[in-house]
Formats: sequence, C-alpha cells, structure tokens
Amino acid sequence: MKKNLICVSCPLGCPIEVEIENGEILSVTGNTCKRGDKYARDELTNPVRSLTTTVKLIGGALPVVPVKSSKPVPKDKMFQCMKLINEASIEAPVKIGDVVIKDILGSGADIVVTNNDSGK
Amino acid sequence: MLNYDLVVVGGGPAGMAAALQAKEEGVEKIVILERAETLGGILEQCIHTGFGLHYFGEELSGPEYAGRFIAEVEKTDIDVYTDTMVLDVSKENVVTAVNNKDGLIQIKAIAVVLAMGCRERPRGALSIAGSRPAGVMTAGTAQKYVNIDGYMPGKKVVILGSGDIGLIMARRMTLEGAEVKVVCELMPYSGGLKRNIVQCLDDFGIPLRLSCTVIATHGKERLEGVTIANVDEKLKPIPGTEQYIECDTLLLSVGLIPENELSNGVGIELDRVTGGPVVDEYRETLHKGIFACGNVLQVHDLVDYVTEESKIAGKGAANYIFGKKQGGTFINTKGINGVRYIVPQRVNIENEEDVKLYFRVGQVYKGAKVVVECDGNILSSKKKVMLAPGEMENVKITPEMLKNMNENSEITVRIEE
Amino acid sequence: MKYDVAVIGAGVVGSLITRELSKYNIKVALLERANDCAMGATKANSAIVHAGFDAKPGSLKAKLNVRGVELMKVACEELNVPLKNIGAFVVAFSEEEIPHLQELLERGKENGVPGLEIVYRDELVKREPNIGDTAVAALWAPTSSIVCPYELTIAGLENAVTNGAEFLRNCEVKAIKQNNDSFTLETTLGEIEAGIVINAAGVHSGKVAEMIGDTSIEIKPRRGDYYLLDKSQGALAFSTIFQCPTKMGKGVLVSPTVDGNLIVGPSAIEHDDGDNVETTAEGLETVYTSAIKSIPAVSLRNAITSFSGNRAHCTADDFIIGSSEKNKNFINVAGIESPGLSSAPAIAEMVTGIVTELLGDVEKKSAFNPLRPAPVRFREMTSTQRAKLVEKNKAYGRIICRCETITEGEIIDAIHAPAGARDVDGVKRRTRAGMGRCQGGFCGSKVVEILARELNVPVNTITKFGGKSDIMYDKTK
Repeated sequence: MKKNLICVSCPLGCPIEVEIENGEILSVTGNTCKRGDKYARDELTNPVRSLTTTVKLIGGALPVVPVKSSKPVPKDKMFQCMKLINEASIEAPVKIGDVVIKDILGSGADIVVTNNDSGK
Repeated sequence: MLNYDLVVVGGGPAGMAAALQAKEEGVEKIVILERAETLGGILEQCIHTGFGLHYFGEELSGPEYAGRFIAEVEKTDIDVYTDTMVLDVSKENVVTAVNNKDGLIQIKAIAVVLAMGCRERPRGALSIAGSRPAGVMTAGTAQKYVNIDGYMPGKKVVILGSGDIGLIMARRMTLEGAEVKVVCELMPYSGGLKRNIVQCLDDFGIPLRLSCTVIATHGKERLEGVTIANVDEKLKPIPGTEQYIECDTLLLSVGLIPENELSNGVGIELDRVTGGPVVDEYRETLHKGIFACGNVLQVHDLVDYVTEESKIAGKGAANYIFGKKQGGTFINTKGINGVRYIVPQRVNIENEEDVKLYFRVGQVYKGAKVVVECDGNILSSKKKVMLAPGEMENVKITPEMLKNMNENSEITVRIEE
Repeated sequence: MKYDVAVIGAGVVGSLITRELSKYNIKVALLERANDCAMGATKANSAIVHAGFDAKPGSLKAKLNVRGVELMKVACEELNVPLKNIGAFVVAFSEEEIPHLQELLERGKENGVPGLEIVYRDELVKREPNIGDTAVAALWAPTSSIVCPYELTIAGLENAVTNGAEFLRNCEVKAIKQNNDSFTLETTLGEIEAGIVINAAGVHSGKVAEMIGDTSIEIKPRRGDYYLLDKSQGALAFSTIFQCPTKMGKGVLVSPTVDGNLIVGPSAIEHDDGDNVETTAEGLETVYTSAIKSIPAVSLRNAITSFSGNRAHCTADDFIIGSSEKNKNFINVAGIESPGLSSAPAIAEMVTGIVTELLGDVEKKSAFNPLRPAPVRFREMTSTQRAKLVEKNKAYGRIICRCETITEGEIIDAIHAPAGARDVDGVKRRTRAGMGRCQGGFCGSKVVEILARELNVPVNTITKFGGKSDIMYDKTK
C-alpha cells in the first residue's frame, strides 16, 4: 500500500511517498533530507507537531508572552496541552528560553518562552 | 539636523540585517528608525515556528528569529529610535521622522535603506457586497489581537484567502477555542505553503474550498454570517452555488502590498508587478544612495530570504558610502512565459560576484524547466519538481556569464513545460 | 429631564438645527439612537454642496438649496470645516442629451443659481482631461462645492454643545406622549420632557411622526452604493462630474472629496428597510459601469472601501418642514434627501424661525460663540509647525495611523472634544485614523487601546460603532 504525505518539517513541504505492507514501512521516497524520512515514519506511527501559543504574563509590558514546545508533542494531545498552558502564567521579566511548564503531559517537551519582556 | 552615514527606515528583519551588514562592512554612523515600540517588525506577532531553517539551520519562532538580530544590534553601536515614524525622505536623502520623546527629527544621510515592509490588502480592494459590521478584519490584525494584545477577535470564523497568514491564523484561532468553519480560496490553488495546509487545516479538519469566495457579509452591528460561492475560470461567482455560513468573524488573507509611500514621496520608480522599487543587484533603487530590501521591495514567503536580500542591500549601501561602487553598465532582467517578475530588475555586468535572480511564477507547474537566456544563449536550464506562485524561486547568474554581455543584452527567465 | 426643545436625530440636519437653537436662551437636547452623530444618511452620501439647478422651481428643495449654499460658506468658516468650491459638470453623452442640459440651465436660472453655462467637448476636455470619449457637452455649475458631511455634523454638534446644548447618545425614542403643553418622550435613556419636538429622524421620520398620530409622512428609503478610491486617484477629476439626472436621482457621479480621495456613486435602489445599508454586487456593478462612462480611468483596483447609504426619499417629492397638523409644537423635518446636505444650514435657519415664533419672546444668548476651533491636523502641517506642536505636547509626536499620518494627540483630542468620539468609527470620522489604504489594519487595535485608556473602560468594551459592534471578545488567557 502507498501513502502520500506532505512533509511539514520545514517550509519546503516535500511530497513524500511511503510504501507500507502489513503495517511495516518498506520505503520512504520524495523527501529531500533526513528530517523528511523521520517525519514520514513518525506520521504513520506516532504523529507529532510543534505547538506554539501564548501564556499569561504577569507584570509584563504585554499581557501575554509567546511560547513553544521545545520539541514536537503528540498531535492528539495538542488541546490537552493548550488547556494546561492556558491555566499557567509566568512573571515578568522573562527571556527567550525560560521554561513555563516542564515535560508537559509527560511528552518530554518543555513549554518555553520565545520572546523577551523586561516588564512594565 | 543630525548626520548619519546610513539611515535604515524600519527595524524588522530587513532593516536589522541591512544595518548589521553595513556595520560589518565598516560603516560607522548607522541609525535604525522603527515605528513600533520594539525592534522586530511583524515577526513579533508571528509566534509560530518555521523561521530560520535556511539561515540558522534550525526552526525558530518569529520573535526568536527577530531576537537573534535584536541581540546582534544591541552589541553594536548602531543607534535605534523606536516608536518613531518616518514622515518623509527627501531627494537629498534627508530623513524626517517624529516620535514622542525627541519630537521632530531630521537626519542627513549619505545612504538610506528602505525596509518598511508591507501591509495587507483590506476589504475595500475586494468589493465584497453586504453590510459593514464589526468582525471583518485582515488576518494580520487578528494575529495582533490574539498574540500581542491577548484578546480573541471572534469565535466562529470564516477565512478568505489561503495565504500563509490565513492558514496560520486558522490554526491559531482553533487552538484558542474558536471554530474555523472554512477557508475559501478564490484561485484553484492555495497561495500558502503546502505544509501549512497540512498542519494548520488538515490537522484540525478545517475544509479548504478552492475556486470559492465570499460574496457578501451580513449583520448590522457584529458580523452574523457570510455568503460564499464558487467561481468560474474568470473568477466570477457562479449563480446557484451561493451558501450562507453563520460566523461572527471574517478574516481576510488576500495578499500583501509593499508599503512604498515614502518611496513614492522621493519619486522612486516602482515595478508594477512587485509593487516595490526597481533595483539593481545591490538593491539600489534608481535614486542614488537609496536602497530597498525585504517586503517593501517584493513580498517574500520566507524571512530567511529577506535576511539574505537585506544583507546584500547593507553591503551595497556600505559600498556606496565608501564610494566603491559607482556607475557601470546596467542591463535589464525580464520574466517571460510564466515568470511574473524578477528582482533585481537590473544587473551591472561589471559585477564580480554571483547574482541571484529571484522570481515568482504565475501558476502551478509540475516538472517544468526554468530556462535562463541572454542574447540567444541558454545560460542555465533546470527542471523543477514543482513551481507554485506561493513560493519564490531563484536562479544564479555568475560573473562569467555577465562577462559576455554588453549594454544591449537582456537576461530573460522563462518556464518551459 | 426637561427641555424646551428636543431634536430627534443627530444627522447633519439635526446637528445644525441644534447649533442654531443654541444661539438662544433655551434648553435644547439632541437625541440620537446611535453611539455617535452622523450615523445615518449623513455618513454615506455624495458629499456635494449642490449649486441648486436640479430642484423644481418654487419647491422647498430649490429655495433651501440656493440659500443653503450661501449659509454653508459662513457655517464652514465658523466651524473650521473644509469646503472646496470645485464646481460641477453635468455631462451629456449624446447630442440628444443636450436639450436636457438646456432645461437644467433654465431651471437653474429660475432658482437663482449664478454662473451656469453650457460648454462643449473641446472646453470640457481642457478642464477635465480624463472625461469619457462620448462626452459631447456639459453644464458647468461654478458654485457647486464639496464638503465632508460628517465633519460638518460633528463640528456643528461640538459647537452646539460648547454653547450649552446637550447631546444624548444611545437615546432611541420609543414612544411620544402628548401632554397639555409638552411632550413626554419615552426613550432608551428614560423619560424626557420637551416643550417642542423636532423630528429630524431621517429615514425614520415617518415612524417618529406616527408616534403622535401624524401619518402624513411616507418615507421610501432609496439605497445607494458607493466606492471610495485611493488618494492616488483623487486627480482623475477636478470637479464633480454628474451625468444627466433621472427619475431616481442625480445618477452616478465621480468627484474628488475634500480629503483628496475619489468618490464614485451612488446607485439607487428603493427598498423597505431604512436601516439596511448592505451593498449589493449589482449596485456596485451599476456604479462602476456608469462611472467609467464619465471617467474611463476609474479602476476598482484602487478602491479602498465601498459602502452604502439610504436617502430618506419621501413620496411627497419635496422636503417636509413645518409644524405637524396633529400638534403645532411637533415640527417635522422630513424627506431630507438630496439636496439635503446642501440645504442643511438653510433648513436649520428655517426651523429655528419656526421654533422662535412658537416660543414667542425668546432671548438670544449673549455669550454665544459661533466659532469652533480647528482641530489639530498634523498631516497638513509644515515641518516647523510640527516641531513646535510636538514640543508643546508630546502626544502629537506619536503617529498612530500610518496611512493618513494621524497622531495620538489628535485621537485624544477627538475623544475629549465636546460630544467626542466613543468608538473606533467615531475616532475615524473625527481624525481620519483608519480611513486610509490599510483601512485600520495597523492602527485599529491602537485606537481601541487609546479609547479604553482615555475613557477608562476595559478594552473589550470598545466597539466599532456602538451597539453590539464588538471588536474583541474575551481575553485569551
């Protein structure tokens, strides 16, 4: 069986063809880098996505600060992650890389700040 | 009147890269004038990842990408005025700006880099019929409300236009609890990156309707719904295909327009297709000493290319300031057969470095060739798996190729199927 | 609350009547159901001060139009409202239409319109180089002018409030009780008592008259769609270009606006709902195809917005101004369609005459100040003026609207002005912030922020134009 995917690892968006037989991946073609191969295998077994959103910032120049997952989180846990992030908050000053939530939902990914805010 | 060697108008990724490059080339007095409260430009609200893969070899969010340049600028003696609006650039390269700390500022510059970026096409340009309620806004405006101001601009959303900002906002609104009902695209293909269709729409089951547009808005005070309809080959709505969709928000992602009011003020010639100035390979406009780079020159899809282009402009400005590059023989570049435009529009044939010609195609091509020709000689011909209007392409012109050209030469780039 | 006079409807007519009445020692209130003035026909019309050749001789329209042109000059000067006397052409596109121009010329002369003349193609092309190929001749009306209707309304109201009149917004009149020598108005703000009521409710004037049992006014709203083109297109026409009028109105015009844009429209569609201002694809199409007959270079690529407004067309086919047959203290000012804007100052004069006669011996206010100071217009200043201004007040150094170069200081002024802005569109009409090419894409959220800060309310209570026109909902976090 053949399955066609669009790689989301980078903006190139390579069209990938995966050959599967009895649940086993026989070949991955169409990708132009190693990340594409990994994406295709992950996508068929345990699809993951980077998560970016904002978190409440207390005492900041802005009311929220952007955050991202330090590595992709399981696709089916995105909304659960959002719920936890929406309940969290962090106090200014913050800088890029500050951790808001460690190992969110046991995914191994941290929720980290992606902008600086030195406060009001 | 203040004096600077280089005035950079705009402190987004383009302006910062140009200023940093000029600094590296040895330009002493540089100032960046930025209208927002902080450096970073539009990247500050682009909190999704996808930036920097080419330039930094890793995937960053917008603020992170900008953050790296802001940190670099802070390490230098480049002066920065934020919350400062440039009102005018004169023919003598005098820049007039204003802010609420220093008042009116006038700066005499040897060189000026224009890096004002672009703005979104508003509703008016679309002639959508119907009422004029609250709840109709550009995707970028919504992005600012959600990511910077921390407010939701709506709960039930229809998006018109499948450009990247539209797609990104479909996911962003969904993650924050809104229901995105449909993304309509007038063209038979999406203008956005393929991966954004996968991870912003497909992942959340948001339908993308191609060859479909919004023909009317409804609701007196707040938007209550829109009528969508399919369009024919001439992009005209097909009677009988109208469908009412209840929603309180219509986000428009229908194209970006370079912001060239200042360029127009100086009388700089603009390219009718790009909407940005006509430039040479160093991104110098036809007005001596005024350079342009980033989205004010041509709308880019990747910030990495903005950085690349702006470094070229920064270097060009430095050369100009040092009097290194003056005159020469310029020839024109021209996109034909499916190539909508080329930047730069002119190239100095005495140039001794590789020149990349950036271009966009007018439709989707599969397995077509990109052919570069000059005076009947094929300079290069390369087969591409895929060419799409949403993705900027480039071809390389080497000094060896330029050597054989004369003042009557013209470089053409075309698509061969 | 008790007033000598209650004016219903804060359009250009209601506003100028209120200003006129504020010259007297009486208590006047202007009641408006919306969150701001100029929210009906006033904010969406052609913005022309007509010369006055179109109306039937002897009609109120004819009389008040010509008188209005005279008074308009004075009013605009006192109120610091830009009025540009650019003249108008009524164009004939075939030999057969020339007699029509003759007819208009004769009618104009009878109405007392000065300076009318017919010019032929050569002369027309000299003065309007972009005119269509089929134009053969035109009637030239040198006294025709352009003015911004909502700016005039805002300025008039500001001046009225400065002189003691009250402006009650979000005050919709639901019912009117007639007492022995007064009226009790039941409104969304509670009961209001008034000795005299002036019905200037525009498309709803019929409904308001019915509240006292006066069924003599039948309004048939006529919707008109418009395009507004970018300032880069403002020079496509130097004067207002009309086509020969039809039964449904003056037809589609192409005209520069006082702010340098180009306005194109209107269509004319009769319908029932005076609150419905939805443009239609057909209406906009009609506007476009008619406009390119006048000026072929009009291109929708340069449209920055389209909108629609309702003319309060009245079946009587003339203005209805005077005491109601049901109650002499109830004054109808109805059927004010074109040339309503042109006539507004004259209507105000006429209505005030009726009011003072009803009131008997009423004194003029000695302290009346006819002048409304010009608002700061940073975009029109020289560098030296700008430098001085910012030095005095730093808020004028912060540009909020990039397209139109509008400063924070101007927005703060608009909010704190008498009868000031309460919503984003109110700021837009007073300052032009958000009126440029990007249509508020960049500055919209900043304007919301400034409104919230200056009015000391949460940002998500700020609306686009009152009511439920909410801009932001809940906080994301």
